[in-house]
Amino acid sequence: MSLKLYYDFLSQPSRALYILLKTSKLPFEDCPVALRNGAHLNDEFKYNVSRFQKVPVIHDGDFKLTESVAILRYLSREKNLPEFWYPKDSKKQARVDEFLEWQHNNVRAFCALYFQKKWLFPIITGKEMEPKKLAGYKKRMEDCLDSMEILWLSNGKYICGDNLTAADLWAACEVEQPRLASYDPTVGRPILGAWLDRVRSELGENYRVAHEILNKIATKSQKAKM
Amino acid sequence: MSLKLYFDLLSQPSRALYILLKSSKIPFEECPIALRKGAQLTDEYKNNVSRFQKVPVVHDGDFKMTESVAILRYLAREKSLPDYWYPKDSKRQVRVDEFLEWQHNNVRATCAKYFMKKWIFPLVTGQELEPEKLAEYKQSMEDCLDSMETLWLANGNYICGDKLTAADLWAACEVEQPRVTGYDPIVGRPILGAWLDRIRTEVDPHYGEAHAILNKIAMKSQKA
Repeated sequence: MSLKLYYDFLSQPSRALYILLKTSKLPFEDCPVALRNGAHLNDEFKYNVSRFQKVPVIHDGDFKLTESVAILRYLSREKNLPEFWYPKDSKKQARVDEFLEWQHNNVRAFCALYFQKKWLFPIITGKEMEPKKLAGYKKRMEDCLDSMEILWLSNGKYICGDNLTAADLWAACEVEQPRLASYDPTVGRPILGAWLDRVRSELGENYRVAHEILNKIATKSQKAKM
Repeated sequence: MSLKLYFDLLSQPSRALYILLKSSKIPFEECPIALRKGAQLTDEYKNNVSRFQKVPVVHDGDFKMTESVAILRYLAREKSLPDYWYPKDSKRQVRVDEFLEWQHNNVRATCAKYFMKKWIFPLVTGQELEPEKLAEYKQSMEDCLDSMETLWLANGNYICGDKLTAADLWAACEVEQPRVTGYDPIVGRPILGAWLDRIRTEVDPHYGEAHAILNKIAMKSQKA
């Protein structure tokens, strides 16, 4: 099998690629990487898998590639990716691109930062983050989730109109992440909630499998809160 | 002219698109937007130019687009963009994509943040940012500039190998930005310096033209 995916289910872009490949029935070798064990930080990973020492990574034969959005495009050209994910029609494709470029410094940055500061930081350092600082991260994430509704979800069932595309998959994986830190992005956001349910239903079992660990931890975090 | 570019030369991705279009001789109508005057914050802008209220924005007839990297790809498909900017060859193209996706949360995020906290924040609020906080932003930027050398520039004259691509243009526009504050990214970074000189020379005169305002302010900041 020429295609290998190095991933961790706790990594949002890893989940997006995993779900994409499984749903599209593209054969690949599963290479899970335990980020919590620092598996990506050793020299072996650096020299043999990726010099960036992150996930996800794909190897297509000898060709090594990082950055999930770049990988999506590569797969759409080189493998049999169903067209709805990344339409060949130029203007439809440009709309998917527009979201995928916007999300880096918006929904990805803010949801990931809050998750890191609230959930990861205490695990690594043994301390909680200063409440005032944490409140700042939370506010920025909340403003961004509001903007998802206003800027992207007010004109159709999906981000790019009436059909599911890779934009929805990438966004959904980011929006799920803060649930690990007991924050449910859909509370108070009915449009976001309806959209997320739509994506979860449409992608069914593959989406559920990729989010199984996250869902388990999120349920525990919710109970701990109560 | 069906193509319009809404831009401000103090915006890094605006400069990248401006230079790309000029250098490729693709005709477009120049629609400069004065960010310092809040021109993007009006309802007029929101309803007629772009709901995101930022620059750059491209209008191709009725089709409105934001996000410079998305626009680059659109131009590569729809207009006569010289192939070297964004190669049609799949493996070469994906290397350009890999950098352009990486740069958002790395060189763009860190250089832009430092510029905003050091230069824009005092202009907007009348106060300086706390030195401790500013030092953190500076450190993040410096670590990222170091990683430009080790991760991207250690293996060829350009980011994607031996030829100039859009990756270099986008990166260069970001790397220039902190100079507005009096910080020179190439000091102590000879590989980065040699690469930036290469871009400035090769993409002449449009690169120089697009950076004229930045260069003026940078010189003043150096003297101060």
